[in-house]
Amino acid sequence: MRDATAAIAANRFGLGARPGELEACAADPRAWLGAQLKGPPPLIQDPDLQSSAAMIRALDKVRAQNRLLKAGNADNQAAGPEAKQAVLNAVFKLGAIYRPAYVHEVTARLRLAAVTERPFLERITQFWSNHFAVSVDKAIVLGVAGSYEREAIRPNVLGSFAQLLLAVESHPAMLLYLDNFRSVGPDSLVAGRTQERAGRALGINENLAREIMELHTLGVNGGYTQADVTAFAKVITGWSIGAMGQGITEGGTPGEFMFRTNIHEPGAQSILGKRYTQEGEAQGRSVLLDLARNPATAQHIATQLARHFIADEPPPQAVARLARVFSASDGDLPSVYRALIAEEAAWMQPLAKFKTPNDYLVSAYRALELPIDKPYQVAPLFANLGQRVWSPNSPAGWPDRSADWDGASALMQRLRWADEIGQRVGASVNAAQLAPRLLGSTLGNETRAALARAASAAQAVTLLLAAPEFMRR
Amino acid sequence: MDTRLMKRRGFLKAGALAAGGALLNTRLCFAGSGADARLVVIIMRGAVDGLAAVPPYGDPDYARLRGSLAIAAPGTADGALRLDNLFGLHPQFAFLMESFNAGELAVFQAMATPYRERSHFDGQDVLESGVLVPHASQTGWLNRALASAPAAHTGERGVALGSNVPLMMRGPAAVASWAPTKLAELDEDTLQRIADLYSHDPLLGQRLSAAQSADAMAADQSPGMAGGGVNRYGEVIRATAGFLANDAGPRVAVFDTTGWDTHANEGGARGQLGNRFGALDSALRTLKTQLGPTWRHTAVLAVTEFGRTAAVNGTGGSDHGTATAAFLLGGAVRGGRVICDWPGLASARLYQQRDLAPTLDIRAVLKGVLIEHLSIAPAATALVFPDSSTVRPLRDLIRA
Repeated sequence: MRDATAAIAANRFGLGARPGELEACAADPRAWLGAQLKGPPPLIQDPDLQSSAAMIRALDKVRAQNRLLKAGNADNQAAGPEAKQAVLNAVFKLGAIYRPAYVHEVTARLRLAAVTERPFLERITQFWSNHFAVSVDKAIVLGVAGSYEREAIRPNVLGSFAQLLLAVESHPAMLLYLDNFRSVGPDSLVAGRTQERAGRALGINENLAREIMELHTLGVNGGYTQADVTAFAKVITGWSIGAMGQGITEGGTPGEFMFRTNIHEPGAQSILGKRYTQEGEAQGRSVLLDLARNPATAQHIATQLARHFIADEPPPQAVARLARVFSASDGDLPSVYRALIAEEAAWMQPLAKFKTPNDYLVSAYRALELPIDKPYQVAPLFANLGQRVWSPNSPAGWPDRSADWDGASALMQRLRWADEIGQRVGASVNAAQLAPRLLGSTLGNETRAALARAASAAQAVTLLLAAPEFMRR
Repeated sequence: MDTRLMKRRGFLKAGALAAGGALLNTRLCFAGSGADARLVVIIMRGAVDGLAAVPPYGDPDYARLRGSLAIAAPGTADGALRLDNLFGLHPQFAFLMESFNAGELAVFQAMATPYRERSHFDGQDVLESGVLVPHASQTGWLNRALASAPAAHTGERGVALGSNVPLMMRGPAAVASWAPTKLAELDEDTLQRIADLYSHDPLLGQRLSAAQSADAMAADQSPGMAGGGVNRYGEVIRATAGFLANDAGPRVAVFDTTGWDTHANEGGARGQLGNRFGALDSALRTLKTQLGPTWRHTAVLAVTEFGRTAAVNGTGGSDHGTATAAFLLGGAVRGGRVICDWPGLASARLYQQRDLAPTLDIRAVLKGVLIEHLSIAPAATALVFPDSSTVRPLRDLIRA
């Protein structure tokens, strides 16, 4: 049997086969994928996890304590080591809240990915989370990266692109990560008052506006100019968060999205040749809806999806077909996913994609049904293999080509981990029997022979995880 | 002595010898400075604020435009470190200042790649590929240069410090990569079986043998090299020195630094960006210490994809701009100079009325370094940087 359809469905579209999965999908792999798009998207239910708003409230509390301590310091010049220590303690306190939250979020995400019976949908969810990336490299994001994915991405992966886009760009994590929450219109009420009273000019920060156009929607060659970026940045001044400390961002419901009229740039703006005369928040929503519908966005999203699901350099015809469906359906995401399943190019070449460290680890957890019982070992594991969860070093998210991941040192780290897993679970696994159940017809004779000849059951597991077929999807 | 390292070193030496003798223990002798030359390229991802790194404190528009980001004039509290009547260094660059005074630092200002848009990702692609159009090349200028350089030995010519190889170092020349590890090493038998498995897979086979020789070299440092400042770059610096101080090792090392995208709360003399400058400065000092006598042959080039807006933005930071600063540092460098055709900060002189205007093409610097330091034939630089015939190499950057 040389038909790789089942293996492609489980390993490329999905997150890597669990034992029994290939058998379950073999009858009609495309239908198996399509069925995963039915029903509401699975949310993560875990009493340990907190909302973004709760995490930001915790930050606000620590900051307020800090201010009190600092004020105390200023009052009392002699305030010695105790006061300084108290300030330091407050900083540590935030880490003490954020770090465990991050660890719980990473663990909960892996728990779902490791066992889900809708692995295609979970891969799609992670794709969008990376497309609209936030990064815990920014300390403040550490506490909200996981809740951002749960709140802005997960519930919206089966809706329209516009709905997803609006949810993302108004989420506090994104407004924090790309600095928009305190971007001030130069002609806004607050800017005028500050100029008058303090002689200090407040202004815009164009970070979020630029990345929305360049990364989230149109793409870098999507036909916008610097003037469009600047105008868009003015449009979304006021997209902010409630109760973010003192000054221009005080007031409102702590940690929730808040449109702040007093820092919003008044008046109409022109973007991509169209004038937006709406007032307030409606102006930004209107621009976002137009961006979602722009043909350049369809092309950009289609390219990203095709690169993720077909090949590093996907055939242009396949991209064009996906872009057409995206536009024709007005960005209806399930229609686009179905077009992806129907795309012949996705089924032509098995193992065309080199797994990212995240893909690799998730697929190994699924393949060997590894227990996830030590949260504090899970999060560092991803970092050790080169892909700390939610920490791409830029808002572009993690890259998606083999050359970005197949470095010598990165490979060596996978092999070291594979060896550790072999020693940990080898005794209870028959890798030679398991391999065809995971890799189907993509399992090659060399790997089959190596597994049969392995010196020990532990070594066989290591070799299975090291096999070229397991390194790719 | 770390026993884990010892074990790894012992094993990997055996592995590397089996893989083709890339790691001979004998010290090889080279004639000419080109063969001894070491180059370190530090890619500063995120667009470093060149007006903070090398403040033009003497420009009449500087303090007004920069507002809270402005660095005061030399001689005042938290003032710039004086380079000349116009330029200073950011006060956190103590080691760079010493190097400048010792004639080992050349400073570039108002420099840019040929890229004129403001996307980090396209900008970095042009910086690394050396071609005019983003994403038009799968190989990097540094790798192409290495491929055309006279070979010092048969091993890998370059090494990327980090899990993966940045575009600048990808291409026809074989390069090693190295990243810190905390997982235990595999035993020889398992590794041999994996190597057999990969003998049918060219990509994985190549990567595995590269990893084996790289690990051995990173661990292979003479005892005198320990110590030095420890900060975020500590481990990478230690490994870089380990590679470059080895005569049989790579001649060129590349590593990434991040966190330069200072849209908010950038700070002036102190603050977020100042802290990062300070960490970089002490990492460079450590590199000099750990390289020992090899420092004499070393040039370190620190570059970024573009600069930031001339004016402070609304959130105490700066947005994506155009021209920026860069450093060329090392015992091999003819330093003590600021190399710049200063365009000024008057609003009519700014690029698109917002950014420092570029007056120096980074490729002129890179060509100069490749020709003088790595002994690349001037004609070969045309292949390294396509469509650059009008960009003449900057000369006299390296000591004869």
